[in-house]
Amino acid sequence: MIAALKDKQTYKHYLKTLRFALYCISHPLDGFWDLTHEKRGSYAAANTILFLTLLARIMKLQFTSFVIETVYWEGINIFLYIASILFPLALWVVGNWGLTTLFDGKGRLGQVYMASCYGLTPYPLIQFPLIFFSNFVTVDEKEFYTVMSGLSLVWVLGLIVLAMGQIHEFSVTKNVLFTIASIFAMLVIVFILLLFFSMISQGVGYFISMGREIIFRAN
Amino acid sequence: MNKNTHMRRILKRISALMVGAMVLVGSSMVALADGSYTYCYDYWGDIQDSPDAYEVVGVYTSSDLGLDTYFKDPSGLTVDGNDVYIVDRGNNRIVQLTRVSRDKFELVRIIDEISSGTDVVNFDGPSDIAVSEDGNLFICDTNNARIVKLDKDLNLLQTFTKPTDETLDAKLLFQPDKLCVDTAERVYAIATGINKGLIKYEADGTFSGFVGATPVVYEWWDYIWKRLASQAQRAQMQSFVPTEYENVYMDHDGFIYTVTGKVEEDALRNESADAIRKLNMMGSDILIRNGDYPVYGDLYFGEGGGYKGSSLMQDITAFDNDIYMALDRNRGRIFCYNDQGRLLFAFGGNGNQDGYFRKPSAIDHMGYDLMVLDRQDNSMTLFAPTEYGQAIFDAIDQFDAGEYEKSGQSWENVMTLNGNYDLAYIGIGRSLLRQEEYKEAMEYFELKYDDENYSKAFKQYRKIWVEEHIGIIFAVVFLALAIPLGIGRVREIKHEIDIADIFRR
Repeated sequence: MIAALKDKQTYKHYLKTLRFALYCISHPLDGFWDLTHEKRGSYAAANTILFLTLLARIMKLQFTSFVIETVYWEGINIFLYIASILFPLALWVVGNWGLTTLFDGKGRLGQVYMASCYGLTPYPLIQFPLIFFSNFVTVDEKEFYTVMSGLSLVWVLGLIVLAMGQIHEFSVTKNVLFTIASIFAMLVIVFILLLFFSMISQGVGYFISMGREIIFRAN
Repeated sequence: MNKNTHMRRILKRISALMVGAMVLVGSSMVALADGSYTYCYDYWGDIQDSPDAYEVVGVYTSSDLGLDTYFKDPSGLTVDGNDVYIVDRGNNRIVQLTRVSRDKFELVRIIDEISSGTDVVNFDGPSDIAVSEDGNLFICDTNNARIVKLDKDLNLLQTFTKPTDETLDAKLLFQPDKLCVDTAERVYAIATGINKGLIKYEADGTFSGFVGATPVVYEWWDYIWKRLASQAQRAQMQSFVPTEYENVYMDHDGFIYTVTGKVEEDALRNESADAIRKLNMMGSDILIRNGDYPVYGDLYFGEGGGYKGSSLMQDITAFDNDIYMALDRNRGRIFCYNDQGRLLFAFGGNGNQDGYFRKPSAIDHMGYDLMVLDRQDNSMTLFAPTEYGQAIFDAIDQFDAGEYEKSGQSWENVMTLNGNYDLAYIGIGRSLLRQEEYKEAMEYFELKYDDENYSKAFKQYRKIWVEEHIGIIFAVVFLALAIPLGIGRVREIKHEIDIADIFRR
């Protein structure tokens, strides 16, 4: 591990895989195929892209001009804000993998994660310049910002869907079908999580109240 | 702007949900301390306590005013110069007072009889009075089904009766309730049970039509549902009709402010119904709604302190600078808006203390002083602006008069008294904007999220900046183009030299 950190080749590989993200977003079909099949992607690069996405989203809050976006700071919880990206991403990865693995999907859990993260690339790529740009616009010129911002989201969504098709080796129809099915899978997971948490809290509450009762009686 | 407000609400709600999710288990809301008497809403729609803009000068009951009979259900209040007319409905009389000093009124006369010209000389349940520029009195004599026009000496000049209009139910009892009169002595009246708008009479007493009915509000699913229903079912359903106006007030320009007291909360929320309207001669609504929030009084309709629902406007009055004050009978509050429809402040409440009301029935103003009539407390409350309130009015008046620097100073005063007041910051910013100090103006606008004004200032600032730095900008653009070209050229030459035969060994 430490030996790898000392090796210059490690960094070269990291930068090469990171640069490959740029190829992926412009040539999605080719790029995402090579990402897993030719092993041209790396987890380090995927994590970096995810980190940059989170960073862009948080920096947007503070540095975007108030003309574009006003922030009600009293209502912001930074951890929940970060979770608002990480949680859906995790759900998507688990939901998609859980479903596709049953239906001949070739992608492994890690690969689904890696491809999804690579798909996020346009977000920091567009949003960082937009944060800078937003401080030079008036209300009348707001539309430029909105269009660009919307573009980054559409691009990301498109990339993720295409990426799934490539890593699972699905046909277009099957891919669309499983994208929709994955969204349902996500909902099911949320439902089960809610159920689980409410059961646990009820259970814990039972023992707490029993403990209280005992202490009360003992006194 | 509406879309903006909506978005902001949604944003707030989302973040509130997130926080809510965090503290879902076993948490209890910490009860907030009671708000101040006067308050305002900030950009986010949060209530911001504020210093008092108005203070009570006095509460006048009948004995304070030198009357031997107690007021009984006083329902109308009109100010004409220094004179105040109180319509004492339960006693079938109108009390005319004159203000002799800041806190003193003297009885002028009691109007309870028409001197000549009619068989019916007494009033029966009068509800409102208006005074024309020529000094003629117009009185809604409700239970006698007439509006009478009297001269100064109470001689009958004219009687206005039920309008002859085939769309009106013949059996409908004509009960004129509120009225106002323009400079040409045309009368605009509201009558109980007539929802077609204001009843307009020409100066000669002829009925000339209905003006400014409220738009009919219905939801599309109601419409479809009604289409599907049978005749008998349809008769059972609520019909789509305009809402009756509650009160009218004619401002100094001849525009008519109207308030609607019975509005559906949902219709208010989606702004398909208005609590307050300002009608021009054509009867179209010309009220400016440029504020962060709609003009309907309280933003929150939830239950609190035993009262719930939206503000129910009972009466309205407008100053000469187009600032208007609406009286809410639900929570007993007075809402003060500027000419752009931004809430300046709100104050009051239900209660027995001075400055609170039990059942407020009418409001009018004398200069910047306010008078509010209470039909259950049988009293009139006189309010005068405090230093804070006066500073706000001064700042607005000075800005309107073009004294931008002075206005800026007045807003500074307001800000020292209330640092949480959005309009003070925006006021200072607008004053700076007029003085062409764009950078400073931008800072003030940014603090209170005024993007429109910020953009105005920024546009100028940006223009000046570009003009000043045009040389540098061109230089940068030129270099950005030239340097890569130059580098390319140098490389090319170097390459040629490298492969040239003569340098080969």
